This record gives sequence, C-alpha cells and structure tokens, in this order.
Amino acid sequence: MPGISMTVNGKPVSGEVEGRTLLVQFLREDLGLTGTHVGCDTSQCGACTVLVNGESVKACTMLAATADGAQVRTIEGEAKGGAMSVVQAAFQEHHGLQCGFCTPGMVMSITDLLRVNAEPSEAQVREWLKGNICRCTGYHNIVKAALAAAAELRAQPVAAE
Amino acid sequence: MTKITGIGASSKRREDKRFLTGKGRYVDDMNRPGQAHVHFLRSDMAHGRIVSLDVSAAEAAPGVIKVFTAKDFEGVGGIPCGWLITDRHGQPMKEPKHPILAEGKVRHVGDPIVAVVAETRAQAKDAAELVELELEELPAAIDMRAAVAGGPQVHDEAPDNLCYDWDFPAESKDAVDEAIRNAHHVTVLELRNNRLVANPMEPRAALGEYDDADDMHTLWTTSQNPHVIRLLMGAFVLGLPEHKLRVVAPDVGGGFGSKIYHYAEEAFVTFAAKVVNRPVKWTSDRAEAFMSDAHGRDHVCKVELAMDAEGHFLALRSTTLANMGAYLSTFAPCIPTWLHGTLLAGNYKTPLIFTNVRAVFTNTVPVDAYRGAGRPEATYLIERVVDKAAREIGMDPAELRRRNFITQFPYQTPVAVEYDSGDYNATLDKVLQVADRAGFEARRAESAARGKLRGFGLAHYIEACGIAPSSLVGALGARAGLYEAATVRVNPTGSVSVFTGSHSHGQGHETTFAQVVADRLGIEEGAVDIVHGDTSKVPFGMGTYGSRSLAVGGSAIVKSVDKIVAKAKKIAAHLLEASEADIAFEDGKFSVSGTDRSVAWAEVCLAAYVPHNYPLDAIEPGLEETSFYDPANFTYPSGAYVCEVEVDPDTGKVQVMSFAAADDFGNVVNPMIVEGQVHGGLAQGIGQALMEGCVYDESGQLLTASYMDYAMPLARDLPSFTVDNSACTPCTHNPLGVKGCGEAGAIGSPPALVNAVLDALSPYGIAHLDMPLTPSKVWEAIDAARPAAAAE
Ligand code: FES
Ligand code: FES
Repeated sequence: MPGISMTVNGKPVSGEVEGRTLLVQFLREDLGLTGTHVGCDTSQCGACTVLVNGESVKACTMLAATADGAQVRTIEGEAKGGAMSVVQAAFQEHHGLQCGFCTPGMVMSITDLLRVNAEPSEAQVREWLKGNICRCTGYHNIVKAALAAAAELRAQPVAAE
Repeated sequence: MTKITGIGASSKRREDKRFLTGKGRYVDDMNRPGQAHVHFLRSDMAHGRIVSLDVSAAEAAPGVIKVFTAKDFEGVGGIPCGWLITDRHGQPMKEPKHPILAEGKVRHVGDPIVAVVAETRAQAKDAAELVELELEELPAAIDMRAAVAGGPQVHDEAPDNLCYDWDFPAESKDAVDEAIRNAHHVTVLELRNNRLVANPMEPRAALGEYDDADDMHTLWTTSQNPHVIRLLMGAFVLGLPEHKLRVVAPDVGGGFGSKIYHYAEEAFVTFAAKVVNRPVKWTSDRAEAFMSDAHGRDHVCKVELAMDAEGHFLALRSTTLANMGAYLSTFAPCIPTWLHGTLLAGNYKTPLIFTNVRAVFTNTVPVDAYRGAGRPEATYLIERVVDKAAREIGMDPAELRRRNFITQFPYQTPVAVEYDSGDYNATLDKVLQVADRAGFEARRAESAARGKLRGFGLAHYIEACGIAPSSLVGALGARAGLYEAATVRVNPTGSVSVFTGSHSHGQGHETTFAQVVADRLGIEEGAVDIVHGDTSKVPFGMGTYGSRSLAVGGSAIVKSVDKIVAKAKKIAAHLLEASEADIAFEDGKFSVSGTDRSVAWAEVCLAAYVPHNYPLDAIEPGLEETSFYDPANFTYPSGAYVCEVEVDPDTGKVQVMSFAAADDFGNVVNPMIVEGQVHGGLAQGIGQALMEGCVYDESGQLLTASYMDYAMPLARDLPSFTVDNSACTPCTHNPLGVKGCGEAGAIGSPPALVNAVLDALSPYGIAHLDMPLTPSKVWEAIDAARPAAAAE
C-alpha cells in the first residue's frame, strides 16, 4: 500500500492507503474527520466537498493518493479558536441548515464561491450550488446565508495574512 | 413586538454549532472496537426463484467472517407490519411474510439475498461477487392496473395481487352514486400521483453490537423512532426482551418518513453481532438506498366531483389503486386508507363522499409514508379536480373554492374526522395578497412579450397531523398507540433536562422544546437541555412523523412541566409558610399573592433535593415528572398556496417564477424554524410536480437508481419563497394550541404548481397532465395541441 502525506487543516498527516481509497474515505476512516459526509456514489450531492489547495473539490471524486502533498481544508478546520467562520456563522444566523448532513459540503462550497466571487447575485449562488444537494431547506435559507456572508466579508477590513 | 426568547421567538438553533463544525454524530460516523462490516447481495431481478445458492467461495475470501443466507434466520420472524386494514368484505388484508433475507424467491430489485460479514467493507463487497447464485426469472407484476387484472402473482396468498379492497365510508356509496347521477355538472379526472423516493441526504446506516458479559444488544440506527424499532424488532423479529435491547438514533440526516420503518438491515446487524460476536456495521450507498428505502406515493386515481348549477359541491367519488410494492412496510396499509380517505373533504363542505381503494402488491420496492403520506395524495386529487371544475364551468378558481369552504368549526366531515379550527378564507385572502394576484395580468403580458406563457395556480390543503388519538387509531387497525412521552427532570440548582420520545432529524427540537419549557418556567432557554433518541435514556416514545412532535411530544412535555410547577408550589408554600392556594408562579418566582414575599425557582429546586426544611410527610423529595400525552383529536393545519410559472412553448420547460404560502399552523413557537420547514416541504412538493419520479421498466428494473437519473431539485430549480403564518387559528385541544408544520409544504405545493402550468397552457386547451411536468411531457402536450389552438 502506498504511503501518502498531506496537510489537513494546517496539520501534517500521513497514512497508508490502497490505490482505490478515496480522499473522503481517508479523511473519514483513517483520520477520523467525520464532518465530511458521503451522500451519494455518483459525485452529485456535494456532501463530501472539501478544499484542496484552496479550491472546492468533491472528496469522493479524488483518490487519496492523488491528494498526496496537497493542502486540504475540511469543515473541522473552519472554526478558529472556538469562533465559527463568517460563512458558518451566517448559516446559523439565517437557519441555513436543518438535519446538518449537507451542511459541511455547503459551507465549504460557499466558502470557495466567496473566494472567487465576492459579490455574487442570488442567481449566481443558486447556479454555483448545482453540485450540492440539500433535501431539507429548499435552499432558501442557504442562499440567504451565502449572500449575508458575502456582505459581511466585504464589510470586513482586509486581514493581514 | 418580536419576542426574543421563549414561545414565539426565532431563537437560533443550539444544534447548529455541532453540525456547522463537523461535530455531528451520525451513525456512519461511529466505529466500535472490533467492528466488522456487512455487504448485502441484492437481487438484480424483479421477480425470480432461487434455483441454487453456493456461498462457499465467498466464505473462503480474504477477510470474510461469516456469510449469512435465509437458512441462518430459520425461527426468526419476518419484518412486521404495524397496521391491519379490514377490507370491504370484513376480511383482514393479506399480509405475506417479509423475510430478512429472501426465502426461495426474490420479489423486487434490491431484495437482499445474502449478507457477507467481513473485516472491511471492501472485503465484504469483493466476497459478495464470489457468491454463486442462480435465479430463474419469473414474469414481474409492475404496472398496478395489469397486476390486479390477472398479472403475475407476487405472493401466492394474495390473488390478483390484492392486499385489500377498501370502501369508505361504505354506507355512503349509494347516496354518492345517486348524487353524481343526478348532478347538474360532474367533473371527471384521472390522474396519477407519481412514485417518489424520500432521499434524505444521509443514507440509512445500522450498527449492531452485542455484549455477552451482560447479554445486552445495542443497535445504532438512522431512525425517526428508536422505541418503535426496539418494540418491532425485539418483540416480533428477534425475540429480544426490551431490557436487553438498546436502540439509539443519534444525529440523523433527514428522514421525511423513510426512516420510520423497521428495516431488515437493522434486524440483521443486531442478530449478526451476536452470532459473530463482533460489532457489525452497515452503511447504505445511494444506489442501495434507491432500491431498499421505502418509496412514497404511487397512486392511480379517478375522481368525480358533482356540482349544482351554482358550483356548490354535492358529492365526490374516487377510486384509487395504491402501490404497496413487494412487501408491506411498517405503516404502508394505512397510508392510502386512513391517512387519505379521511382527508377527502379537503377544505370543503362536500356533503357526500365515497372512496374505494385497492392496495396492490407489485414487484417493486415497498411503498410507505413519505412527507405527508396519504394527505398529499388526497389534496392533489381534490385540488386538481376543483381547479378543473372551475375551468369547466367558467368560474374563478378562488371563487369556486370560497363558495364551498367550511366556515363553521368544529366541523364534522362525512369522512369520519372532525376539524377543530381553521379559517380558510383568511389564508386565501392572505396568499392572494402576498402573491400579488392583482398584478398577475400585467406579469402575464410581460411574459407573453418575451414569448413565454405565464400561469397562476392556487391550491388549498388540509391535513390531519398530531398523530394520533390511540383509541381512534386502534379502532382503525393500528397495532400501537400514538401518544408521546416526556420526562422533565429538574436538577438541584434549577436547570432542567427534558427526555422526550420525539426524535429530531432536522426539525430543531433541541431549540424549540427548550423554548417551550423555558417559557413555562420563566427561566433561561440555556438552562434547559433536551435529550432524545436513546431508548436507554428517554421514556417509551413513539417518535417523530406526521407533524406530531410539538403537538403530541410538546404536549407531553407541557404536562410534565405543569406537574412540576404544581409540586414546586407545594414546596414554595412550605418555604414561605403560606397556603398553597395563595402561591402564584410567574417569571421564575413563587410569591404569596398580595404580599411581597417570594422565593426563587432555584431555591425551590434546591429544597426539593436537599430537603432539610421540607414537608416530607406530605410530598416526596425530588422534582422530576413523566407524562404520556394521548391527543384528543388530530390537529388540522391548513393553508393556501400560490405558484406562478413561466412555460417556454418552444422547449416545454417550466420555470417556477414565485411561490407564496399562507399557512395556519395554529400557534407558532419558533417562526424561523417553522418557515424553514415550509421551505423544505415546498422544495419537495415542487420536486414532485416538476421533476422527480421513480421509473421501473416493464421487467421491473429500476431505471432511476442514482442522482443521474432521479432528478433532485437543485438550488437553481427553485425560487426564493414567500411564507406567511399570520392567518392562524390555534388548535383547540392541545395545551400549546399548535398544529404541526412539517408536511404542509409538500402537501399543498404539487397541485398549486400543476394548476399554474395548466393555467399557462390554457390557450392550448390542455386539461390535465400527470406529474412530473418535465419539459418533454409539456412540449409534447403543446405540440399535440398546436393544430387545434391554431385553428381557433
Ligand atoms: S458523496 Fe461526493 S458528491 Fe456525493
Ligand atoms: S440540511 Fe438536511 S440535507 Fe441539507
């Protein structure tokens, strides 16, 4: 079994995986990061969305071995020092989640959207989410949360990295 | 004034933080030491006889612990059905055995045959491919009409594949027939309520563990009602006494009905964990979910509505074929009967109603309740035929509805139920206002200028929720009571732990129930904790479905809180050296009426647990109460929905332009959560009307077994919604005055949308189209109607 190593939520990790092991399996089963979910087997639901080298990726479409050497961010890494990220907080404020199963993928996907488009329209948010299925919320409050998070981020002073 | 805490406040959900930070605990997130995995080899044939089965190669495969077949389950019960329907001849319904693993025959694609338990999931899957199975294919009963007309037999004991043939109310048949014969106008409609898959985003999962030291079984499962699973599985399938079986439903990622039922996989992992003496875990993948989760709806109906010359409804008659699938799922038989026939009055004072329902076995996945369950089917049938009637007699659909609304409450319908409250004109007025009906013609003209056909669709609904009075449902065939239980435990320093039999899988009970308790006790919401989902912690409860949690579960909590307050008043009276009758409890303080003497909630709680100065001769120490609340009646949420669509005549594509809902849920505890429930229901109903549908081919192959083939509504398919709860009439028979909001959106939206599309298509004279209204279906209808429209 090939050995792989990557950085997950800022921490170096390594492991041995079969060639067929998916990134989402490595995260959930080897690293115990169960916040990333599996909702389908055809790469359509987006419950498994994580950021790989800064871009949103469905972790069920990528082999763990392909992510060797990558920077991976999962939902577990989004809250800093107990404080939720702007996107996470907007989901709570605007009731953008019910059962919570699609939620990690939604948060990661919208985090990426706001990176590439700081001022999306409602239609753009809805179009962006074509790879994320939610069965609970009817998307109404997810869209609201995304737009509110975008406004909040625009209003923030640019943080020195 | 907007409330910021307690009943009526949009309190933010306390459960959100764990879900938003990846700390939710769903069944598949759990792993037990020494855990093994099971993979089920399922039938790829709709109907077949098992000719030979050889598992020796699979047994020898790497990592395999044990391979199970039906032989291992000799002496074990089948999966039971929780409801007995008596047919029109007084005979019990046909109830064929539903084995855990197929015995001799397979009856639907997905029917489990062999279970391989191995060290890893991948090994179990690999080994399953080594099973040598020979199936002799038998003709399959797929189409219900063919199945009841001498089609292939699914079960030997059910001739013509009839589970039951049910008349309701039997005594009304002749009067209804006569009223229809003599009526001024009769509108006739044949329609189909399309078969759906609930599709909670979390696939089902089950993890069984057995501890031989104390002979204890534990099942973690994706369930809406862990006690129901414990009872059904323990008593009827595996023969395990309750005290040796713990069922836990931790965080559950949506249910919508599909996680009510007791499934074979749950019984399997519980059974196998003892046999192999290792924890055994199963997690469904999505394809497996499509062919093993109970499906929903699937009715084929004919409805006739008789009217007088002024459009007053005189009689309604319907006949329905309801698909049961290959086996009876837990609640299946009651969905097309007691949850459908009893709602056929809708919002209208139709004096005479009769329905005949035939439940049909087919070689398809079992069908059971899905969000709304029976009530969406009833609502769709009524609201479609009413709209068609309005068109036929040339009356405004809103006016025809108004003319026939029930306006006096309580109202005894001719179909057994008594509505306690409602104001259907108020919800209609409200929805027409928020949907800006007045501006519709201008919007229609604007769409027309862009070459689009705009339509305006209205629908009303009524549902029976708060399920249900036990004596009533017992008389109707239920094999269980439908009360709810709650223990309220006040801790020594005054914080409160509530143990509820309701189960939250997205509904936000941890927040809402805490609001109720905090409000009644005058304490902070943060001082109240809600515990649910574990049979070893909560009292015997019936779980969450049928929009019952607040109306029934919440009422049980209120009952316990009231008992707590009554006892605490006694303690306070002692502490204040006053008569109990003079003690008032308000804002978290007990005071002696007419004086300034008082004692705080926390002091009374402490006295109850440190009873040094305490009336021990009169009352026991401690402050904890358990209640079982059995509702006096169903609750009857109602509402009016308006959908506006644009149809592109060149492609047949339907775009939902706006959707407005005016609901009467009675009192509302958390408006934010209630609105969220409506949003989700609307999306599911719009999904049903526009795009969702389960398709079997003639041989019984399930063609829609993935998200590539089963169209789930996406964000871009839906508009933002306008939701209003202001036209509310409180429920008259539960302490909170609440009615339930979980299913409404899915019930009222399909007819509103279909009515809107048919309004848009009215220039083509298209009277009806069956759901889902896919572009190809709409385009074909337009194309077929074009010459006629052009000739006019
Ligand atoms: S699990 Fe990755 S897209 Fe569904
Ligand atoms: S919150 Fe349940 S699937 Fe989105």
